[in-house]
Amino acid sequence: MKTALYSDLRRKITGIILLVSFTPLILLGGTIYFQFARMYREKIQEQILYRAETEAEFVDTFLKERTGVLSAMAATHRMEDIVLQENLARILDVMNTAAGAFVDLGVIDRQGRHLAYVGPYNLQGLNYEHERWFAEVMNRGVYVSDVYTGFRRMPHFIIAVRRQENEMTWILRSTIDPIVFGQILRAAWVGKTGDAYIVDRNGVYQTEPRFDGRMLSPSGLNTQSFGGGVTLLRQENVPVGNRLFAGKALKTTPWFVVVSQDVREEMTGLFATRNLEIVIIAFGVVAIVLATFFTTRITVRRLKHSDEKMQRLNAQLIQSDKMAALGKMAAGVAHEINNPLAVILQKTGWMEDLLAEESFQQSRNAEEFKASLHKIEEHVERARKVVHNMLGYARKMEPHLEDVHVNTTLQQTIVLLDNFARNNNIEIRKEFCDTLPVVAGDQARLQQVFLNLMTNAIDAIGKDGTIRVVSEHKEPFIEVHIEDNGPGIPPEVQRKVFDPFYTTKQAGKGTGLGLWVSYDIMDKMGGSIGLKSEVGKGSIFTVRIPVVIPEKK
Amino acid sequence: MDYFRVLVVDDEEDFLDTLVKRLNKRMVDTTGARSGEEALALMHEKLFDVVILDIKMPGGIDGIEALREMKKVQPLAEVILLTGHASVETSIEGMKLGAFDYVLKPIKLEDLLEKLAQAFEKKDSHDRKIRSARIKELIRFPGRVLDLTKEEE
Repeated sequence: MKTALYSDLRRKITGIILLVSFTPLILLGGTIYFQFARMYREKIQEQILYRAETEAEFVDTFLKERTGVLSAMAATHRMEDIVLQENLARILDVMNTAAGAFVDLGVIDRQGRHLAYVGPYNLQGLNYEHERWFAEVMNRGVYVSDVYTGFRRMPHFIIAVRRQENEMTWILRSTIDPIVFGQILRAAWVGKTGDAYIVDRNGVYQTEPRFDGRMLSPSGLNTQSFGGGVTLLRQENVPVGNRLFAGKALKTTPWFVVVSQDVREEMTGLFATRNLEIVIIAFGVVAIVLATFFTTRITVRRLKHSDEKMQRLNAQLIQSDKMAALGKMAAGVAHEINNPLAVILQKTGWMEDLLAEESFQQSRNAEEFKASLHKIEEHVERARKVVHNMLGYARKMEPHLEDVHVNTTLQQTIVLLDNFARNNNIEIRKEFCDTLPVVAGDQARLQQVFLNLMTNAIDAIGKDGTIRVVSEHKEPFIEVHIEDNGPGIPPEVQRKVFDPFYTTKQAGKGTGLGLWVSYDIMDKMGGSIGLKSEVGKGSIFTVRIPVVIPEKK
Repeated sequence: MDYFRVLVVDDEEDFLDTLVKRLNKRMVDTTGARSGEEALALMHEKLFDVVILDIKMPGGIDGIEALREMKKVQPLAEVILLTGHASVETSIEGMKLGAFDYVLKPIKLEDLLEKLAQAFEKKDSHDRKIRSARIKELIRFPGRVLDLTKEEE
């Protein structure tokens, strides 16, 4: 299989694994995060609603208490007493001790005249007849004003109660300390961006907000949207970011408590979680990617090796099959050739017999006939030899077993070829392992193999070269390497050298059967012949002989 | 050459005919048979000294079977196995069954004649031993002459 296919496989597997891993991871991460975020936001909203609610209650309670105290004072004192300065002062003290936050105290008659006053401002003698608050308190009996600057030119608001004493009507009025009042709201300034303030029905700030304006300036809030007494949540994209507003209408006065919060501050917790989640997912992604890449790479490589091994085994199998098939065919062919040859030989023999008779001796061409018949017989013999050689090697006869000393066999073979090699200036170097075991085998056939390989080596070199004959013990085989520094064998040819009738020598110089036969001999012995060759460097033929311990006779 | 009787069994007609002709020319009383069955039929009729038997004969009984039967009919006749090389194992099997030897096709007549001579030698020495044994027996039991005459037929 081509390398490209393996890369492709690797990419596909990696892609699928990554897809299958990432998708649920991200989906899960995303889903959980968004669910969580939603719950978080809802919680925040709940919180801010709750704060608005609580704050409104505080303010209501505050105002109720102060109004109560004022009413009590008005109800329990007579006008003639209360207009006396010391009395008024004392009452103011008591009020402040009891409830606190009263800046001043004043008594105003039904015409609006300021009858008595205790406090820091210079209000004696002022007439409030035309003031709005006066009309309101005369009308309603209790009145909490909006914040206004009035005669003092300072923002303040008053609580006034009307006292009906027999036919007399008088008003007790007190200014609420805006600072103390403001404290209540300030308690709700949560965190860095939390704000709380009061607005009137027109949205004018009644207390000093933390961020968005000043007391008595318009807030821009549409109080209509707050509804009647019900707390509603408004979210507006004010320049400073994403703010949540919660407003609640007060019960004691037509004001609204507004609590606001920058969403982002509240959400820091959520964002921290989100970032953590992203980090974890990122790690997960990295881990998955790394693991996937490495695992896929290793797996595909194993697959590749496995495939290659399979291919090699297949090739060997095919070769074996080829050999077996050829063997069978060889036997059949041999028989089919031998029979005609036998006939030819008999016929020529018969012709020779007849030629010997006298009648033919006189014939002019008798000699020619005889010569031709001889030639025919010569070539029949040549054909017979070829078939004989080929078959000799394909014979299924049991090789006979004897004790084989591999090194000795090698030595004998080298001796046979030594002269021939030396004549061509080829050196045969021996590197024998001393500790080779004696094995059971067919000595003659083994020698045949060695002879064949060494002859090939000599032929490959031609003239001037070296042949190394190495023997070593590599369980469970004895390995014999016959190495030459000849021209080497190119890869396309390497596949064919063991085929029968394949030769690179000139016609008539080689049968092309040597290696085929040697391969077969080794195969039947339970061994093998291997070839490693590189063009320009030489070749090494390796004979593997199985170590079979000879039976003790 | 001494006059002795040879049977050649081979399914290859050209080969058979030529060999028979050539042997006869050399004063060898040679008969040819084209199959194992034909050979056995002939052996029931006539005595042979040596049989040249081609092992690989397709169809009918094969060479080894023929050999077995021949040994039953004429146990003293020596059999030389002819083989086209592919059946050397069969030849060895044949040897175990009592064949004298085997030769490979194609073979020169001279070589075949040598083998024939060897086979005949063996046959001849067997024959002589049998004759001398019978004579010895006759000497001890003269009455047996009558049994012997019947056997000769």
